[in-house]
Amino acid sequence: MSPILGIYASQISGHLVTNNYSSIQTVTVGSGGASSITFSSIPSTYTHLQLRAILRTAGGSSGGSQCQITVNGDGGSNYSYHRLAGNGSSTPTEGSGNNSYAYGLARYPQNGDLANDFGVVIIDVLDYANTSKTKTFRSLAGYDANGSGQVQFASAGWLSTSAITNLVITDQSGFNWAQYSQFALYGVR
Amino acid sequence: MAGATYTPIATQTLGSSASTVTFSSIPSTYTDLVLVAGASMASGSTFGLQFNGDSSTNYSRTIIEGNGSSASSSRTTSSASLDVYAPSSPYTLIFNIQNYSNTTTYKTTLWTSRTSSWLGQWVGLWRSTNAITSLSLTGGSSFAAGSVFTIYGIASA
Repeated sequence: MSPILGIYASQISGHLVTNNYSSIQTVTVGSGGASSITFSSIPSTYTHLQLRAILRTAGGSSGGSQCQITVNGDGGSNYSYHRLAGNGSSTPTEGSGNNSYAYGLARYPQNGDLANDFGVVIIDVLDYANTSKTKTFRSLAGYDANGSGQVQFASAGWLSTSAITNLVITDQSGFNWAQYSQFALYGVR
Repeated sequence: MAGATYTPIATQTLGSSASTVTFSSIPSTYTDLVLVAGASMASGSTFGLQFNGDSSTNYSRTIIEGNGSSASSSRTTSSASLDVYAPSSPYTLIFNIQNYSNTTTYKTTLWTSRTSSWLGQWVGLWRSTNAITSLSLTGGSSFAAGSVFTIYGIASA
């Protein structure tokens, strides 16, 4: 059967264009790499945040890595996480713990993993501007390297009722983010 | 400056069953693509996702899945497409195809899919640095009439 070609939405009368999902800021890592990614002065005008990224470290051997997110500069032991991960061969593993940063929300290749391969992550930060609730992150993430890789579900809590105005994202081993890594923050009304 | 960023690009509603659904001439003006399928199968229980008509063995994927009593993880390598499982009952699939238009990195897709008894989270790799300009759902199975497929573009600042 012949393929059915798409009808472009701009050709459909009355199609939906939503203004409820807005780009706040995007950071693309340049040739020198970057030790951290910072989103500051995040406006409180949305209901939720979504962070979408492709990411890889400029250092490290192989086997992938995980990120750490510090909220509002809080380096206290005010975070927790839960994660379920699969590596393509073994029984899935569960992880949890308390940390001084939001841990385990992303999985991505290191410098020694398959070249040109980047992990992906989508993190939702729910009700981030509310000042009467602690905050929850949830993520879908993973990378595949044609023979290795990880895919996972994860959540993390920041045990503060402060509105989130600042996020700093670093690699757990302190490696720089590789060139072409890209972090895009969106607001959802 | 924040603005509207989540935009429908194209949609298809099948008037009759079809073994292949293709979106072509996808513009490069967005950062990510989201493909939403509200579909059911007229025949078969799997199909493949291919980019730019590439049917070489440039695809691989890793999955974590559970059926309510046990969990497992598996992988395929050097495949001719990203294989997708579909249940016999109507289903919704959402594919997140990130940084699809850059020409420097391989392309990675996240999606959730299920069979009649399993639910899984998948990550799939297309080992190409080409920008994605078309995508096809194909591979032996047949989508039923009434199935709806929409691709959205997400633009970043």
